[in-house]
Amino acid sequence: MGVTGSPTNIHQGTRTRGGIGESTLRPDGILKVTGEFAYSSDMWHEDMLWGHTLRSTVAHAEIVSIDTSEALATPGVHAVLTYDDLPTSVKNYGLEIQDTPVLAHGKARHHGEPVALVAADHPETARRAAAKIRIDYRELPVITDEASATAPDAILVHEGRSDHHAGHVPHPNIVHRQPIVRGDADAAAARADVIVSGEYVFGMQDQAFLGPESGLAVPAEDGGVDLYVATQWLHSDLRQIAPVLGLPEDKVRMTLSGVGGAFGGREDLSMQIHACLLALRTGKPVKIVYNRFESFFGHVHRHPAKLWYEHGATRDGKLTHMKCRIVLDGGAYASASPAVVGNASSLSVGPYVIDDVDIEAIALYTNNPPCGAMRGFGAVQACFAYEAQMDKLAAELGMDPVEFRQLNAMEQGTLLPTGQVVDSPAPVAELLRRVKARPLPPERQWEVAGEQADVRALPGGLSNTTHGEGVVRGIGYAVGLKNVGFSEGFDDYSTARVRMEIVGGEPVVTVHTAMAEVGQGGVTVHAQIARTELGVAQVTIHPADTQVGSAGSTSASRQTYVTGGAVKHSCEAVREKVLEIGRRKFGTYHPAWATAELLLEDGKVVTDGGEVLADLADVLEDEAVDIELEWRHRPTEAFDLRTGQGNGHVQYSFAAHRAVVEVDTELGLVKVIELACAQDVGKALNPLSVEGQIQGGTTQGLGVAVMEEIIVDPKTAKVRNPSFTDYLIPTILDTPTIPVDVLELADDHAPYGLRGIGEAPTLSSTPAVLAAIRNATGLELNRTPVRPEHLTGT
Amino acid sequence: MRVNFTVNGRQQEADDVWEGESLLYVLRERMGLPGSKNACEQGECGSCTVRLDGVPVCSCLVAAGQVEGREVVTVEGLADFAAHRSEAHPGSGCASGACGTTLDQARRWEAGPSGEQPRDTGELSPIQQAFIDAGAVQCGFCTPGLLVAADELLERNPEPSDADIREALSGNLCRCTGYEKILDAVRLAAARAEETV
Repeated sequence: MGVTGSPTNIHQGTRTRGGIGESTLRPDGILKVTGEFAYSSDMWHEDMLWGHTLRSTVAHAEIVSIDTSEALATPGVHAVLTYDDLPTSVKNYGLEIQDTPVLAHGKARHHGEPVALVAADHPETARRAAAKIRIDYRELPVITDEASATAPDAILVHEGRSDHHAGHVPHPNIVHRQPIVRGDADAAAARADVIVSGEYVFGMQDQAFLGPESGLAVPAEDGGVDLYVATQWLHSDLRQIAPVLGLPEDKVRMTLSGVGGAFGGREDLSMQIHACLLALRTGKPVKIVYNRFESFFGHVHRHPAKLWYEHGATRDGKLTHMKCRIVLDGGAYASASPAVVGNASSLSVGPYVIDDVDIEAIALYTNNPPCGAMRGFGAVQACFAYEAQMDKLAAELGMDPVEFRQLNAMEQGTLLPTGQVVDSPAPVAELLRRVKARPLPPERQWEVAGEQADVRALPGGLSNTTHGEGVVRGIGYAVGLKNVGFSEGFDDYSTARVRMEIVGGEPVVTVHTAMAEVGQGGVTVHAQIARTELGVAQVTIHPADTQVGSAGSTSASRQTYVTGGAVKHSCEAVREKVLEIGRRKFGTYHPAWATAELLLEDGKVVTDGGEVLADLADVLEDEAVDIELEWRHRPTEAFDLRTGQGNGHVQYSFAAHRAVVEVDTELGLVKVIELACAQDVGKALNPLSVEGQIQGGTTQGLGVAVMEEIIVDPKTAKVRNPSFTDYLIPTILDTPTIPVDVLELADDHAPYGLRGIGEAPTLSSTPAVLAAIRNATGLELNRTPVRPEHLTGT
Repeated sequence: MRVNFTVNGRQQEADDVWEGESLLYVLRERMGLPGSKNACEQGECGSCTVRLDGVPVCSCLVAAGQVEGREVVTVEGLADFAAHRSEAHPGSGCASGACGTTLDQARRWEAGPSGEQPRDTGELSPIQQAFIDAGAVQCGFCTPGLLVAADELLERNPEPSDADIREALSGNLCRCTGYEKILDAVRLAAARAEETV
C-alpha cells in the first residue's frame, strides 16, 4: 500500500471495445431513465420513522432555554433530541476545523442552524411536533461584513479559537489569511504607463443540486448503524460521524445512495449525524429528506466576495504588476474556507504572466450563512475580477481585449506568483484564439423566421416585452485558471480494488472504489479504464461504500485523475499478476511469454505483434486475481504563511469563453445568445461526458452572471429567498447554445495525460457574460449577478 | 382517507392518506413509485412531472384527493404508455422501440454491461433511449420529469423546432447538463420517429 504513482506510459492497447477515448454510455443510464435508480431520498425501510430538523429562526442569539415537552407528547413522535442528548464529548464536526455543533449549544450563529431533531411516524407529524418546541432566544448583534467582524468591539463569532489558523490571523473573526508576495509591485507600478483599479462584488451562489439532502440510517444489531446517503466523500463523512456517535468507524457502515448532483454542496455533513442519532435513540430506521426551503439552509454556499484589484501595463501592452485584496465571507462556520482562501490567493493572478505581485486573501467569520465548497472553489470570484480588469486595461490601451490577453498569456514554463512553474501545456492564447475565430451567431435572430418576430429569441422571451426595440448586442471574452486536485500538501490519495475472474467461461472485471458518483460519470470512466487496461469487455462497477479504502472527494476536478489513476494502477497490478500466472502455466509452450511485450485484449493474452498466446479463461480457470491499492499524484507543498511561496498545486486547468448577448436596455433584460467554450482537457476519456461537463459548468457560470444570488438581509443576516421561486437558476430558455471546442494536450504527469475538467468552465463563463453586457451597454458593472436595475439605473 | 386512481394503467388504492399529502408523496411513499422526483416540492423544478388524465402536471402541487378516479402516468410507466400510443396511432411516433437503423446505431454506441443487468433496449420508450444515447443524463434527478414532459411534447408536436423544445421544457430545471444534450435527445427522438414513418 501507499504506492506513489509515477507517470505510467500506455503500453496496454485500447483495442478492446468500450475503452478510454470512446463515448461509452453511462452504466446507470437505463436505471435513471426508467425511474428505478435509487437516490438517497428514495430509500425506504419497513417500520421507518421520519426525522425532521428544527432550525434557528434568528442569525445570532443566545439560546436561553429549549422546551421540548409538548413536542414529545405529540402522538406519533418517537424522539426529540437537543444538544443535551448528544451521547459523547464530541459534539462538533467540520471538514478542517471542528467548529460546527451537531446541534446548537447555548448560541445560534446563523439563520437556519440546527437546534433540535424530531423522529415521528409521518413527516408531517415530525414537522408539526418540531413547531411545538419552544426556544427562548436572546438576540445578539449580527456580524455581516469585514467592518463589523474586525471592529475593535466586535463580538467573536467563535470564542477561544484553538485551530491551527488561530495563531496567524490578524483577528479572531478571520478564519484564515494568505498573502502572496513576489517581486516588488510598487517598483513595477512605477514602470506602468497605465494603471487601472476596481472594486468588485461577487454575490452568494447556491449549488442548487436537484436531489435534496437525504438518507436513511438503519440501526444494526451489533450496536452500529448502516447509513445510506448522498455525499461527495464517504470516508470524510465517516471520520466526522463516528466520534459523535461514540462508535468505532467499522460500526458506521456507509453506502453511497444515488446522488442528485453535488457541485461542492455535499462536502460538508448535513443530515448524516442527525439521522444516525435518531436511529440509535429510537432503535428504528430513520429517513430524513430536506425540502427545497430547508436545503437552502442545509448546505454551505459559494463565498460571496469583495475584491480590490490594481493592474498596470506598459504602452505596448505588457502587464507590469498586480495588487489585489480578496475578502471572502465564510459565514458562521469554517467549512472549507481555509482552502478557498488558499485557492483565491494563489489563483488570483489568473492565466497571465505577472512577475511583481502583492496579494492578500482572507475569509471572515460572520453570522451570514456558512460558505464553503462550490465548483470553482475560490478561483471563480477572482476570475470575475481579474477578467474585468483585463478589459479595462485593454480599453485604456486602445487594444483588442483578446490580443491584450494573448500578449500576456501564461504558457508552459511560466513562473506563478507562488514560485511554482507551470510544467505542462498551458494553451491560454490558443483557447482564446479558438473562441474568437468561431463565426458569430447571426444578428437579430428573432427576425430570421420572417416578418413576425419570434419573441422566444428575444430578451424577455415569452413575456413578449419587446420585438427588438431597445435591444443591443454585445460580445465578451474571458479565460480562467483553475487548479486540479487537493492542494497545499494535502495527502490526496485514492484507493481502488480490482478483481478479475472467470464467470461462465468469460473474464469479468469488478471495480470497487468509494468514489462518489454524483452525476459526473466517474463510473463510466472507471469501466472504460478497466477495459483498456485489462482487455475485458465485461466490467462491473461495485457500489461505492466504506468497505474499501478512501477515494477522496468528488471535488476539485480530481476524481478522473486520482480515482481514475487508482483504478488504472490497480488494473496494472492485476494485469501483471495475470501474466505471471500465464507464464507459470504456459511459459514453457511459447517463447513469447518470456520475450515479448504482452497485452490483454478481448479476453486474451496477446503479444504486441498481435499473436494470441492464451485465453484469459484458460489462464485464470478458477483463480481470481483481486488487488486493492492506493494511488497518489505527486505531492504538493503548503504555501508559506507570509510569502505564499510553495509548489501548492498538482495541475492547472484552462478554459476560455466567448459570450454573445442581447440586452433590452429599456427593461434591463439580458438574453445570452451563445456561450462558446474552448478547453484543454489533456485527454478526453469520454468525449460525450467531457462536453456535458463543460456545458453544465458553463451554465452555472451563466447563472451567477445574470440571475443567481442568495439574498441575505444585511440588518438581520437572514436569508430572504430560500426557494426556487426566488432563487433563480437557468432554465432551458435562459441557456444559450454552448458550442464546445476540446483540445487534448497531454499532461505527462497525469494518467493518460488527462486534465481535470469539471470546474474550469465555471470560471470564465461568468466574466465573459459580464464583458458582453458591458460591451452592449457601456456600463461599468462591477458586481455579479447583474440584475435589471443595474442596467436601467432605476 | 382512501384514494382510488389508476397509475400506469393499473387500478390502485391508497389507504390512510392524510388530507395534506400530495400526489407525489403518495406515489413515492405509499405506492413504491419513487421515479417521480422531489427536487423542490413547490412546483418550480418539474422533477415530479406526471401525466394526469394526459396533462403534464407537477405532482407535488396536486393534492392526493384530487386524483380520485383519474389516470396517472409516471416515468415508470412511460415505456408502456408510449408503446400503447404507438399501437393505437401507428405512425405517430417510434414508440415500439423497434426503430430500425437508428436503434442499431444506438446499440453500436452502447457500453458493455457494467453494473447492471443488460436489458433489451426495446423496453425503453424512444425518448428514454434518446436521453441515454445523447448523453442527456448526468445525475439524473431531473430526468424523469423531463422525459414525461418531452414525451408529451413529441406526442402533440412530432417535429418541434428548437424554440418549441425550449418552450415545452422550460418548466423543468436541470443543474448538470446545461440543457444542450437534452435538446440533442429530443431532436434525436423526433428524428428517429420521422425515419420510421
